[in-house]
Amino acid sequence: MIHNRDELKECRQKAKADMETAACRILVCSGTGCIATGSEKIYNRFLKLANITPGVSVIFAPHDEDTHIGLKKTGCQGFCELGPLVRITKNDETVQYVKVQLDDCQELFERAVLGDEVVERLLYRKEKKVYRHPKEIPFIAKQTRIVLENCGRFDAESIDEYMASGGFSALEKVMFEMTSEEVIEEIDKSGLRGRGGGGFPTGRKWKQVAHQKEKVRYVVCNGDEGDPGAFMDGSVMEGDPYKLLEGMMIAGYAVGAANGYIYVRAEYPMSVSRLRHAIAEMENRNLLGDNILGTDFCFHMHINRGAGAFVCGEGSALTASIEGKRGMPRVKPPRTVEKGLWEKPTVLNNVETFANVPKIILQGADWYRSIGTAGSPGTKTFSLTGAIENTGLIEVPMGSTLREIIYDIGGGLKEGSQFKAVQIGGPSGGCLTEKHLDEPLDFDSVKKFDAIVGSGGMVVMDQHTCMVEVARFFMSFTQRESCGKCVPCREGTKRMLEILEKIVEGRGEEEDLDRLEELAAMIRSMALCGLGKSAPLPVISTLKLFRNEYLEHINEHKCAAKVCQAMRKYVINPEFCKGCSKCAKNCPVGAISGKVKYPFHIDPNICIKCGACKENCAFNAIYIEE
Amino acid sequence: MLDQSYYQKADEIIAFYGKKPSSLIPVMQDIQGVYRYLPGELLTYIAKEIGVKEAKAYSVATFYENFSFEQKGKYVIKVCDGTACHVRKSAAILDAFMKELGLSDKKHTTDDMLFTVETVSCLGACGLAPTCTVNDEVHPNMTPEKVVGLITELRGEC
Repeated sequence: MIHNRDELKECRQKAKADMETAACRILVCSGTGCIATGSEKIYNRFLKLANITPGVSVIFAPHDEDTHIGLKKTGCQGFCELGPLVRITKNDETVQYVKVQLDDCQELFERAVLGDEVVERLLYRKEKKVYRHPKEIPFIAKQTRIVLENCGRFDAESIDEYMASGGFSALEKVMFEMTSEEVIEEIDKSGLRGRGGGGFPTGRKWKQVAHQKEKVRYVVCNGDEGDPGAFMDGSVMEGDPYKLLEGMMIAGYAVGAANGYIYVRAEYPMSVSRLRHAIAEMENRNLLGDNILGTDFCFHMHINRGAGAFVCGEGSALTASIEGKRGMPRVKPPRTVEKGLWEKPTVLNNVETFANVPKIILQGADWYRSIGTAGSPGTKTFSLTGAIENTGLIEVPMGSTLREIIYDIGGGLKEGSQFKAVQIGGPSGGCLTEKHLDEPLDFDSVKKFDAIVGSGGMVVMDQHTCMVEVARFFMSFTQRESCGKCVPCREGTKRMLEILEKIVEGRGEEEDLDRLEELAAMIRSMALCGLGKSAPLPVISTLKLFRNEYLEHINEHKCAAKVCQAMRKYVINPEFCKGCSKCAKNCPVGAISGKVKYPFHIDPNICIKCGACKENCAFNAIYIEE
Repeated sequence: MLDQSYYQKADEIIAFYGKKPSSLIPVMQDIQGVYRYLPGELLTYIAKEIGVKEAKAYSVATFYENFSFEQKGKYVIKVCDGTACHVRKSAAILDAFMKELGLSDKKHTTDDMLFTVETVSCLGACGLAPTCTVNDEVHPNMTPEKVVGLITELRGEC
């Protein structure tokens, strides 16, 4: 139990001192990505090694003579593709190891943990250069980490480690040194904008809630990160849960709310368990609950799990879902700040927004404004995926260019890939191409290119991606996720999807493009909520930037990326064909004919492009023609 | 007719979340967590206990994709079809599962009740695309060949 400010300070000092007693720290990445590649087993192996080694202990005990080793599960270290990732800190030096396998643990433990060596073969290498420190690796060196600063450095589950890193200092500062008005003023001055996609000024939102007559208010965190291809919020929730909770409490203090709700996406079971654990730890120490730190401030935290409805990322749908109803958006006004959860004034912000708050309080609005651009201060996290060399989680100042992100941090495209486009903002976003590479990216600039920063999913596409098919993919997603309440979205997305399906199946007409544009304009202006209004964006953006691809599909029945099945033309190479007749037997429609021991032939008019012939050809004689 | 134990389990879960309408979703989630599906009779029972109309409970259960009135297999396989997985050809992974298990767009669960195959919009492990999960455990960098291996391995466990 922590009863007052002095005790909190003591706790923090003690946690820091305990942490510093460790002769060495083994930091095993425990983000979703690394766990998938087996980091849990790596952690357990280290634990076992420490336990069977005499004179070594992973638990700090003040009177113990054992050497104390800090074995920690950290949040996402970012470099997901090279996982499992392990960092070993010894003698003030941190070494990053990549692709650590179970069999490597023993050697690492003996040489790098007990000894003072570096295990060279497990270091990151790029173009013959070997990197030892995480900070030297270009992927990490070129980032500015504020929201993700603790990920990879501290134990994500341990409240002591969070305190050792200075945790709850911001909460302490607002509770004892600032009035609620001053807190709102500071956030307002910092220019922090909502990271969920819209970019609405956070300070203004808080002010609006604080000014409501109704005194019962709520703080709600939107952790329903539904955009396919985005995992930043999940990484924050599982990598630094205490920071999110601290940010929400500061919001609660600022607007006079006593209850906070976190709505977490169903597909993030680890975020839920880490947050639950963090809440229990804070409750045990009276950092959550009634009369926190001996003051009048009371705050309770609740977790709601999503149930698989993308539309619940929309504010009014999200609050309806917390109330136990169908997650359907409602007509606004009244806005969430006036009538949100249970019809009460509600601060609804996204995970990343709240995670920015503690640092702004501690370092001040002016410091925050010194990062990023004038209109969009601060940093933005992105998940960088697709046809790129380094996939992973990154954080960069607002206003960074696409070139910096893709080439300097992302390491450029995968071998053999040519840059075609970056899809940003998921199903509500659009594409950026070569000509946008040097444009600074922030909330306002990206909007001009018919895209949105959105939550921050960035999928790099190369020549093997068909843009028409991508548009169809997103439209099928939004159509499926449309809640069905308003006609423009329910019917409009369905019609748009039908047209796109027609085009990828080779039945398109040029007039279809006009119909698509007309429908898109209609849905954009008339749909009820953000999901509907932004649903046509992927189509608008690809139509503008890749119109020729649409036309190729329609007029020439050609898919340059060779993705659209109906456009493929299967051909038998007579040089390789041995005339075994296997393909003819496998063909479900009898499109292949020939004389045994002589090259066979596929009749393109009968062929249904199923690929059964190619898949089963023992001589690789069947290929898809350009 | 459901076994009495189902109702006892439901009572436990309802007691944990409290008899109030806002408990509907978490109660249904936990029931499904235990039985891997939502038995229809139990939904009627929950609705009565927490004080919402049965029709309302049904409307909520059918709105959210995660709830299923149909029994699922021992292993629920979710193939990720998020953008990152999609551009790294997740469709071929789904096809491989369907083919290996003899499933289709209409049939999601094998007759022996061992496997259910579904798609999911994003698992948040985009760096390792294409991915799938087996009962929430993420399998990275899938290939059609790995699918065959995974199924064989899971069958061996039974």
